[in-house]
Amino acid sequence: MAGSNNLRITPPRWLLAELTYKCPLQCPYCSNPLDYAAHSNELSTEDWKRVLTQARKMGAVQLGLSGGEPLTRLDLEEIVHHAKQLGYYSNLITSGYGLSEGRIEALKEAGLDHIQISIQASSEDLSDHLAGTKSFENKKKVAHLVKKYGYPMVLCVVIHRENIHQMADILAMAEELGADYLELANTQYYGWAHVNRDALLPTKEQFAEAEAIAQAFKEKIAGKMKIYYVVPDFYEGRPKACMNGWGTTFLTIAPDGVALPCHSARELPGLDCPNVNDFSIEEIWTNSKAFNFFRGFEWMQEPCRSCDEKEKDFGGCRCQAYLLSGDMYATDPVCSKSSQRHLIEDAITSAKNTALSDNEKPLIFRNSKNSKLF
Amino acid sequence: MKINPNLPISFSPMHRLQWEEAQNRDVILYPEGMVELNHSSAEILKLCDGKRTIEQIIYELHRKFSTTGLEKDITHFLEIALQNGWIKQP
Repeated sequence: MAGSNNLRITPPRWLLAELTYKCPLQCPYCSNPLDYAAHSNELSTEDWKRVLTQARKMGAVQLGLSGGEPLTRLDLEEIVHHAKQLGYYSNLITSGYGLSEGRIEALKEAGLDHIQISIQASSEDLSDHLAGTKSFENKKKVAHLVKKYGYPMVLCVVIHRENIHQMADILAMAEELGADYLELANTQYYGWAHVNRDALLPTKEQFAEAEAIAQAFKEKIAGKMKIYYVVPDFYEGRPKACMNGWGTTFLTIAPDGVALPCHSARELPGLDCPNVNDFSIEEIWTNSKAFNFFRGFEWMQEPCRSCDEKEKDFGGCRCQAYLLSGDMYATDPVCSKSSQRHLIEDAITSAKNTALSDNEKPLIFRNSKNSKLF
Repeated sequence: MKINPNLPISFSPMHRLQWEEAQNRDVILYPEGMVELNHSSAEILKLCDGKRTIEQIIYELHRKFSTTGLEKDITHFLEIALQNGWIKQP
C-alpha cells in the first residue's frame, strides 16, 4: 500500500452516486469507463438507500445523482426522497433528454434541490451530432420547465474543438434559458475523451479567444448568472488539485457498487477498489487499500516529494499521470516541473496536425457497441 | 453591493441554510457547492426572513446577545452575503 496510515482522515463531504451506465446519448467525451458495457450490474434501490444513509452519517452532504443518464432509473424519485429525509443537498446531473414535466414535478415533491442539464453545443445540428441523438430542442424545452418549477439550474456545456468557436452563442443560449449557473467545462481527457483527443483538443489560440469571450460576458452578467470555468489543464503550467486530495472529500459509487476515490480511478491498476456490497462506507473510506493509496504525501516521487506546492495540488491527477506516462505515481505531466511535460506538448502537436490534415479520424461515439471493443 | 435600509431581507430561495452535525456548524448549500459559516454569520442569516429590515436584524441581534455596537460588522457581512447571492431584497 502506498498511502500512510498515520494521517488524520477527513470525512467525505461529496457523494457522487453514478446510478447507471445506461444513457440515450453517445457523447464522444463521456467520462464513463471505456469498458462500461462490461459492468452492467446495478445496485438495487435498497442498496442505494443504505449507501446514502451510511455516507450521510459520516458527514457527506452534497449528493450528485449521475450516470450514465440517471433518469433511466425508475426509482430515482425514491432515492431522491430518501436523500431529502437524510438532509442531503441533492444535485441531479442529467442530459435532460426525455425529462417530462410530470417527472420534474415528482422530483420536486420528492425533495430534489437542483438540476444540472448538459447541452452539447449552441446549434441544433452540432448538438445532435455530438449527442448522437436528436435531442437539442427537447433539452431546451426541459431547461425552461426546470426553471418553471423553481429549481436552481446549472447549464453544463463541455468545450472542445468541435464547439469552441460557438462560445459567444453558448453564452447567449445560457442567458436565454435562464440558467443560474453556467459550467463551461473544458474537456478533461479521460475515458472516451482520451480516445478522441486528437479530434477534441483545441489549440492554445482557440482557448485564449474563447476564454476572453467568456470572461467579458462573466462581468456583464454578474449578479444574474454565475459562470464556472473548468480550466483546460493541458495549457496550464501546474496541475489541478485533483479531487481536493485523494480520499479527503470525494466518494464516488459506480453503478455496480464499486467505490472509487475519483470517478476515473477504475482505470488505475492494482487499487482493488472495494464494493459497497461487501463493506460499509465507513470501512471503505477509512480502511480500504484504494482510499488510502494516494492519501498524504508518502507515495510521491520527485519532483513532487520535495516540491513546496505539493500541499496545493497534491502532485496533480493520478489518472492523468497513468494515462499519459504509464506510471500512476509520476508527477502529473501537465506540471512544467515534470520531466515528462513533453507528453503534453506531443498531444497538443498531434491534435493540431490532425486538425490540419485532410483525413481527420472520425469521432468514436460512446455506445455499447464501441464499449465492447475495449 | 449596498443593503437598502428600507427593504426587508430574505434568504435566497436558490440556497439552503442548514446545521451540519458532522461539522458542528451551519453551512450554506447550493448547486454543487458549500460555504461553511461561523456562529455569528449563521445567526445573522437566520434572521433574514423576508420581513425584517437591516435595522430590525441589528436590533434583534443586539437583544439576543445582550450587546451593542455590532452595526458595522453586521452591515459588512450582509453586503458580502448580498454580493454572493445568499440573501436578496425585493
